[in-house]
Amino acid sequence: MSYSYTIQQHVYSFPDLKSVLAKASPFRTGDALSGLAAESNMERVAAQFVLSEIALKDFLNEAFIPYEEDEVTRLIMDTHDNVAFQEISGFTVGGLRNWLLSHEVDSQKLAKIAKALTPEMVAAVSKLMRNQDLISVAQKCEVITQFRNTIGKKGHLSVRLQPNHPTDDLRGVAASIVDGLLYGSGDAVIGINPVTDSVDIVGDQLKMMDEIRQRFDIPTQICVLCHLTTSLELLDKSPVDLVFQSIGGTEKTNASFGINLSMLQEAYEGTLQLNRGTLGNNLMYFETGQGSSLSANAHWGVDQQTCETRAYAVARHFNPLLVNSVVGFIGPEYLYDGKQITRAGLEDHFCGKLMGLPMGMDVCYTNHAEADQDDMDNLLTLLGVAGCNFIMGVPGSDDVMLNYQSTSFHDALYVRKVLNKKPAPEFETWLHNMGILDDTGNRLTIEPSHRLLKNL
Amino acid sequence: MKEKPSKPIIKDPWENLKEFTNARIALGSAGNAIPLKEVLQFKFAHAHSKDAITTELDVVALKKEMQSWGYPIWNVKSQASDRSEYLKRPDLGRRLDSESEEFLKKNDGTLDIVFVLADGLSAGAVNQHALPLLQLLLPQLQGYSIGFVTATMARVALGDAIGSALNAKFVVLFIGERPGLSSPESMGIYTTFAPRMGLTDERRNCISNIHKNGLDHQQASSLVGYLIRQSFAKKISGVDIKINLKDLLED
Repeated sequence: MSYSYTIQQHVYSFPDLKSVLAKASPFRTGDALSGLAAESNMERVAAQFVLSEIALKDFLNEAFIPYEEDEVTRLIMDTHDNVAFQEISGFTVGGLRNWLLSHEVDSQKLAKIAKALTPEMVAAVSKLMRNQDLISVAQKCEVITQFRNTIGKKGHLSVRLQPNHPTDDLRGVAASIVDGLLYGSGDAVIGINPVTDSVDIVGDQLKMMDEIRQRFDIPTQICVLCHLTTSLELLDKSPVDLVFQSIGGTEKTNASFGINLSMLQEAYEGTLQLNRGTLGNNLMYFETGQGSSLSANAHWGVDQQTCETRAYAVARHFNPLLVNSVVGFIGPEYLYDGKQITRAGLEDHFCGKLMGLPMGMDVCYTNHAEADQDDMDNLLTLLGVAGCNFIMGVPGSDDVMLNYQSTSFHDALYVRKVLNKKPAPEFETWLHNMGILDDTGNRLTIEPSHRLLKNL
Repeated sequence: MKEKPSKPIIKDPWENLKEFTNARIALGSAGNAIPLKEVLQFKFAHAHSKDAITTELDVVALKKEMQSWGYPIWNVKSQASDRSEYLKRPDLGRRLDSESEEFLKKNDGTLDIVFVLADGLSAGAVNQHALPLLQLLLPQLQGYSIGFVTATMARVALGDAIGSALNAKFVVLFIGERPGLSSPESMGIYTTFAPRMGLTDERRNCISNIHKNGLDHQQASSLVGYLIRQSFAKKISGVDIKINLKDLLED
């Protein structure tokens, strides 16, 4: 269906729904690169006016990517909750924005409609929301997941401890793990990005981390962020807590990552059978990021933020423990500067939460983006206010393997302190027992004889 | 009563673990924050990396040196007009501007191997590493006809456009890599057999992380020499060429 809007005798026309969304997107370089962005500020606002008046029902009748040609579209359409949709079926996109912000809508109500919302509806409404709206509504959502601890409760903020090393040296990785634990990080997961994605190397890393976890009885989970096929090979011989995979919002994007939905299903079922979770069985860990579909030439004329939101439909099908966007990692041709990264981070967190995902964020940037630590401080604080489930913890913010900057263990202490957030409850108890943090969240003095520093 | 002087910085008693990693561990803390000395060290590294991106290829010096070695050398540029456009439009950095393309086409058909010295995201890396590496590599390549091109505002795939315009059999592209805080001047090398427009990554071989704490010139030149011999023998490049350590040692 085509749309048009007239401003001062100028008629702005949009051939279909996906072009309305693309043109309504706040400006970012990736949409300009793909040629999908609005060509003027006026065209953008015209698209936003049009979008505000489109009925949510219309999204159920117009596939952005053909049903026959894309398994992500099929997943979205086939799992749409029509019963829950009745509550919001009368809304336009603009009406949905106002309703989400209203006081009558609370966590329970948002949880009830999560599966009534398609990713395209969620992306659409986010484009009509200011940053403060994205924060207000996300803050109302509460998405709790469990494996060996409880992540995502209101008032809590968890950290993935990211102890990467440029040559996968086990002692080097262990040194960063100890550093992170002694700063109170690691409750979301202790997760290594391997340099070399091989069964032997990943198996050794899992074994080493599992030994540390067991020796100190740490209520958390471990993961090596290798390709899903590597994890599958390791299921019967190594301590696989979580299965990691990068995912995208189109079948072709996922093909570029070397996966499809049935492979995800196989990994999910295989890992469930290991039954390693003690409190719960959320065991998938997904990473996403705006721009991946464009980068893989797999976007079908859909803007990068809508492609990203479609990836969340893939994620939620597998009851993940953790999902995060790696928002500033992709580079300035997709998100140019601190402003664009900040906006995208808030969008991704909001969209994921609204769809019912345990959303975290890699608050990060590369050196060729126009961004610095001040931009990261801002985004970190905003996401803390928005109720982000977890962030990354990298020693001194400097990932010496991936060559980019993320949040540090110190940053996690900062955001917990200023916003009065606590670690995952089970992990918090462990930190007290280990003499790492006091009950106000301040670090205690660590003696050279501390248990974690002995016999390593 | 006199108050004890306060000591706002708490040190971490695990500095000994630094011997196992160059990650920024055991930084200590001031409140919850990183102590200022470490904050400034980080800013220093970031400034170095940011500056690396805007460094320029030293075309004059490279040209002079290559000519003194007796090789033909041409200068070209991509369609990206400045750094800002270069960062936002990777597609333009993969295409030759029309003047450069016409110019190269006048010189086509004579080369086995064209070496492209490209700025990429850290021209300083190429200024620093290209010549010493070539001094080790070129003596291994007797019998091949060789030429050089310097390329500015260049992405990796510009090598294919250059190789194709010159109708060369093989392209070796030296390019500045995305700078990291611990490796602001890192060079990568990409090789392609039978270069033409539109080839994708799986048709290229890559050697990365050539920098002062990474791969050294000797190691990198051996690897490139090996890739060149493998590619000319098998008439292919990319995923079908595996770097076999045993072959390499015997090579």
